[in-house]
Amino acid sequence: MTLPKIAIVGFAHSPNVAATHGTTNGVEMLIPCFEKLYAQLGITRSDIGFWCSGSSDYLAGRAFSFISAIDAIGAMPPINESHLEMDAAWALYEAYAKIATGEVDTALAYGFGKASASDVDLTLSMQTDPYTVAPLWPHARSLGALQARAGLDAGTWTEADMAAVAARTSGGSVDDLLGADYVADPLRAHDIAPYTDGAAAVILATEERARELVANPAFITGWDHRIDSPNFGARDLTVSPSTKLAGDTAFGDRDRAVDVAEIHAVFTHEELIVRQALGLPESVRINPSGGAMAGNSLFSAGLQRIGYAAHAILAGEASTALAHAAGGPLLQQNMVVTLSSEGQH
Amino acid sequence: MSTRPTTDPVAEVPAPATEILSAPLTNTFAYTRSLGPVLSPFALALREGRILGSASSDGRVFVPPVEFDPATGKATTDLVDVATVGTVTSWTWQPEPAAPQPLDRPFAWALIRLDGADTALLHAVAVEDAATMSTGMRVHAVWRAARTGLITDISHFEPGDAAATAPANTAELPTESNGRVVVATPISTRIEHSATEAESVFLEGIAGGKLIGNRMASGVDAGRVYFPPRDVSPADGAPPAEFVDLPDTGIVTTFCIVNVPFQGQKIKPPYVAAYVLLDGTDIPFLHLILDCPADEVRMGMRVQAVWLPREEWQHSMGNISHFRPTGEPDADYASYQEYV
Repeated sequence: MTLPKIAIVGFAHSPNVAATHGTTNGVEMLIPCFEKLYAQLGITRSDIGFWCSGSSDYLAGRAFSFISAIDAIGAMPPINESHLEMDAAWALYEAYAKIATGEVDTALAYGFGKASASDVDLTLSMQTDPYTVAPLWPHARSLGALQARAGLDAGTWTEADMAAVAARTSGGSVDDLLGADYVADPLRAHDIAPYTDGAAAVILATEERARELVANPAFITGWDHRIDSPNFGARDLTVSPSTKLAGDTAFGDRDRAVDVAEIHAVFTHEELIVRQALGLPESVRINPSGGAMAGNSLFSAGLQRIGYAAHAILAGEASTALAHAAGGPLLQQNMVVTLSSEGQH
Repeated sequence: MSTRPTTDPVAEVPAPATEILSAPLTNTFAYTRSLGPVLSPFALALREGRILGSASSDGRVFVPPVEFDPATGKATTDLVDVATVGTVTSWTWQPEPAAPQPLDRPFAWALIRLDGADTALLHAVAVEDAATMSTGMRVHAVWRAARTGLITDISHFEPGDAAATAPANTAELPTESNGRVVVATPISTRIEHSATEAESVFLEGIAGGKLIGNRMASGVDAGRVYFPPRDVSPADGAPPAEFVDLPDTGIVTTFCIVNVPFQGQKIKPPYVAAYVLLDGTDIPFLHLILDCPADEVRMGMRVQAVWLPREEWQHSMGNISHFRPTGEPDADYASYQEYV
């Protein structure tokens, strides 16, 4: 079956900041994103055919928190809307599927999270197995550290390799970074993406609508998402089979030497794992936006990666791009999207 | 075809114009979980101070046990005892333990492959410092006295390869005659909740005995007054125009008589929970109607707020104890039918 050509036509995100004054329902961060997109594309909210969001009630500390976020859209006249408890990259996938059904010609996915409202490292432990892991309340960074050491012990990467990832984002030197103390041995502060409050929104459209809205639509040429076992003690933590499979499907037989790749890595070693799994050549510009290392805005950081990959095409800075989004502890779920200015499948 | 330029994707968020109120909220509850045919025997073994693994069709032993083989998807049928001693396959240091974690002093997290297992279990290892830890070191389980079937029945691990015997179980355990175990897993999150700008104005108002709403500027809700005030119209996201001081009188638009007792109930049934539409507003809110028999409350009844003594006022709608009938003639149905 041949899918219709669908493109990303707009992306906006609120600044990734350590803390905001806003509520956990994200309205204060989302409204400026939507207003910017409406103005940029010359549309109103009524032009959006389908809305889908990603967020977490655990992060918000109240049930059905995503319902309050709909204030930022307005539900009159009644809207076509859905939500999932994952990074909004997965909401964008649902939006893509909705357009592919032919029911709508535009769709908007948004995500939000206020990390500063709780001890997120602890809150995220509730993503783990409720019988055998979550009752121990391991910090998210502790699980990341177990994965980092597995790779160090196996000789798959070194602490200097990890620091080099951080140095590319921060502009610091690897030697200076390696002089810092461990915060979760063998992770140093520079190995851990800082949690931020943030929200993001991405608009998709059919080919016809996309060409009306923007000069350079970022056409989707491949998309897949896969999952590894949640039983991380039974996995080889140094590799990511789900990323490899998602990447193989998304790329098909197309060239992997894309102009830009946005990788959703919240620890430096995760970027090394994902790059290896995707088989990206050295020529690829990795995370020109700074990636999640510049701000780990929960439930929108993955959507931001897709947004930034598309933005490079929308802005005429790239003709091909890749985005990766991850969910769950230890790279459990992985999504790969390929984008092109040409839209060739 | 469009030729619109693409701009920087960052959308600036304006700072709030007024002070934002915030307060902590701690949610605490226990999930009651029913364990199936694999995790029930695992839980029962933990209560006895033993550790069970699941054998997969390729001969690998998973600890913790898995209900389905992740490679083949086949249901697990064989459960086997493994040792309570094992080898650290990866570890990290927890310099400042959080309250719910296994140990209250700095400790190591480790992935531990127990003897007889092919996969690793996450747990805490009690050692003095990170320098004591190494991949490949041998550790053994230390058991709690009160064991209910959770992974925390293992208090922690300690260095050394001699197995420690579990003390006699001191937990009060439910009778689970069918071999299926039910466990309670406590959850607690502390969230710092922030009010919106409009909610902050509303809460500051009510703390001083004033009821403040706001009027919507445009769109579907143009001219309508919300109480409590909203940052945007929930109908279409349009911004509000202005705050409005409101009287504490209004009418009952609709109501129900509560006859059913429930946990945490503060008033003896029967009593009336009603939608009250304050004079000058366009949306009713839920409150109590007291000071009259429940069966006399009716739609259109005029009511007025009864406030708590001033010294008890907080940033809360609870400052209004309830509404009481004023005795004025009822409102015509036509005057409020759009709000029912």
